[in-house]
Amino acid sequence: MARILSLEEAIAELVHDGDTVALEGFTHLIPVAAGHEIIRQGRRGLTLCRMTPDIVYDQMIGAGCASKLVFSWGGNPGVGSLHRFRDAIQNSWPVPLEIEEHSHAGMANRYVAGASGLPFAVLRGYTGTDLPNHTANIKTIECPFTGEALTAVPALNPDVGIVHAQQADRSGNVQMWGITGVQKETVLASRRSLVTVEEIVDELRPRPGAVVLPKWAITAVAEVPGGAHPSYAQGYSERDNAYYRDWDPVARDREAFENWLGTEVLRAERSPR
Amino acid sequence: MTAREYTADEMMTVSASRSLRDGTACFVGIGLPSTAANLARRTHAPELVLIYESGTLGAKPDRLPLSIGDGVLADTADSVVGVPEIFNYWLQPGRIETGFLGGAQVDRFGNINTTVIGGDYEHPKVRLPGAGGAPEIAASCREVLVVMRQSTRAFVDRLDFVTSVGYGDGPGSRERHGLRGRGPVKVITDLGVLEPDPQTLELTLTRLNPGVEVDQARAATGWPLRVADELTVQEPPTGEELDVLRRLRATIEE
Repeated sequence: MARILSLEEAIAELVHDGDTVALEGFTHLIPVAAGHEIIRQGRRGLTLCRMTPDIVYDQMIGAGCASKLVFSWGGNPGVGSLHRFRDAIQNSWPVPLEIEEHSHAGMANRYVAGASGLPFAVLRGYTGTDLPNHTANIKTIECPFTGEALTAVPALNPDVGIVHAQQADRSGNVQMWGITGVQKETVLASRRSLVTVEEIVDELRPRPGAVVLPKWAITAVAEVPGGAHPSYAQGYSERDNAYYRDWDPVARDREAFENWLGTEVLRAERSPR
Repeated sequence: MTAREYTADEMMTVSASRSLRDGTACFVGIGLPSTAANLARRTHAPELVLIYESGTLGAKPDRLPLSIGDGVLADTADSVVGVPEIFNYWLQPGRIETGFLGGAQVDRFGNINTTVIGGDYEHPKVRLPGAGGAPEIAASCREVLVVMRQSTRAFVDRLDFVTSVGYGDGPGSRERHGLRGRGPVKVITDLGVLEPDPQTLELTLTRLNPGVEVDQARAATGWPLRVADELTVQEPPTGEELDVLRRLRATIEE
C-alpha cells in the first residue's frame, strides 16, 4: 500500500547501494528530482536502467552513482551526445561503467515481461544486427508452434522503479496522462516503486487515456512539484529546452561538471516536503 | 516562377518529403525525418499519418516538435499509447508503410551504424547514442527511407557496427534473417539519391541534386560508387516547398 513520504525519506528507504534502479520517462515526466536526491545521498554501484538515458543519467553517471547502464538510446535529445556517459565509457571517469545495450523494442519488452511476471519476452527483432554479439541478454529462440526463429530477452525486474506523474490522491493512487512511455510497466516490474507527483489532490478526476496506478501497486508517493524539470509535465509545465542546450558545455568539461554538481545538487536545498 | 536560392540541406529535406506518399503511415524519427514528414503533410500529403516512437499515433503538430516526446504530439494525436504498444502492435506486424532513418554510417547495402565508431565496442573512439527504435524500424516497416549527408566519413566501405540491417551482405540476406519489410528503397543525401540496384541490391546513384556532378558524389562515397544508366536530375524545391519549410523551421529557431 502506497505511503506518502518526503522525497528524501523515500530515497533513503527505497534505494540502496548496489541496487538495480530504473528512473523511466520518455521525454515527458522524467523523475529528475529523484535522480538528484540519489546523487545527494551518495548512492554507489547502482545498475541504472532506462530506455533513453538523458541528462539526469548523465548527471548520475558523472557523480559516480552507477557501475552499469542498461539502455537502448543514450543522448541529449535535440542537442547531441551525453558527455559524462561518453567519458565513463571511453575513459572510466569517474568510475568504470559497464553497459548492456538493447534496442527500444527489446527494452520495452523486457519491462513487459517483468510486469507480466514472466521470465522472458519474445519479439521479432535484433536479427542481423551486431547487438546480440555484445549483449548476452539477447538470445535466439525457436517458436514451439511454427519453428520460426525469434528473439528472447529476459524480464527486467528492477529493485526500485521510479517515475514521475501529474497527480496522486491522499491515499496514494496515481494518475498520469500524455506520453506515458514505459512508466506503467516500470512500476509493475519493480520490487519497490516510488512515484513523485506534481500535486497531491483530494480526489483524482478520471481523464481519457490516462494511466492509473492503484495505491496497492506502489510502495511510496512523494509530492515534488516541478520534479520533472527540465522535462515537462503535461498540464503543469513546459519542457525547458534551454536547459538541455546549456547542459552540453557543462557536461563536456569535468571541472565545469563538478562545479555544477557542487552548486546545483550537493549544496542545493532539499525538497521541502 | 523565377528560380530561388536554397541550401543543399533544404534540397535534401524537400527530396525526403516528396518520397512520402499521401495516406500512408510513417514512423518518424526526430530531426530531418520529422521536418520532412511535417513538410509533406503541409504540401502534397495532407493525409500522411505521423507515428512517433513515444507512442503518438496520427500526430498533427502545428509546429515542428522539438523531440519525439514533445507535448504537441500528444495534444494533436488520434491516440497516445504506451511504448510497448507502439513497437509490438503497430510496428512489429508490418502495419507501418514507411520508416525514416538517419545514422552516422551507412554502407553500400544500406546497413546503418548508430552505435560506435573506431576502436572496439568496449573501447570505442566515439560512442554514439545507440539503436533506439532503428533495428526494428529497419526490419519491420514495409519500406525504409534513409536520410544522411553524403561524405566519406558517413558512406563507408565497412561499418564499425551494424545497428540496423539494410540488405545485409546482398541478395537473400534479408530473407535469411527473416526481416519482413522490403528494406531501404532510397538513401536521400545532400548530393542526390541512391537506390538499390534491382539485381545486386548495391546502392547506386540514381538522381543528382541540381548543380551536383557525378564526380562530387563519387568523391563523397567510401566505396566505388556505381551510377545508374538513367541518371536523372531532381526538380529544385518549389517556392511553396521552400516557404513552408522555412516557416516550419522558424517555429523552433527562437
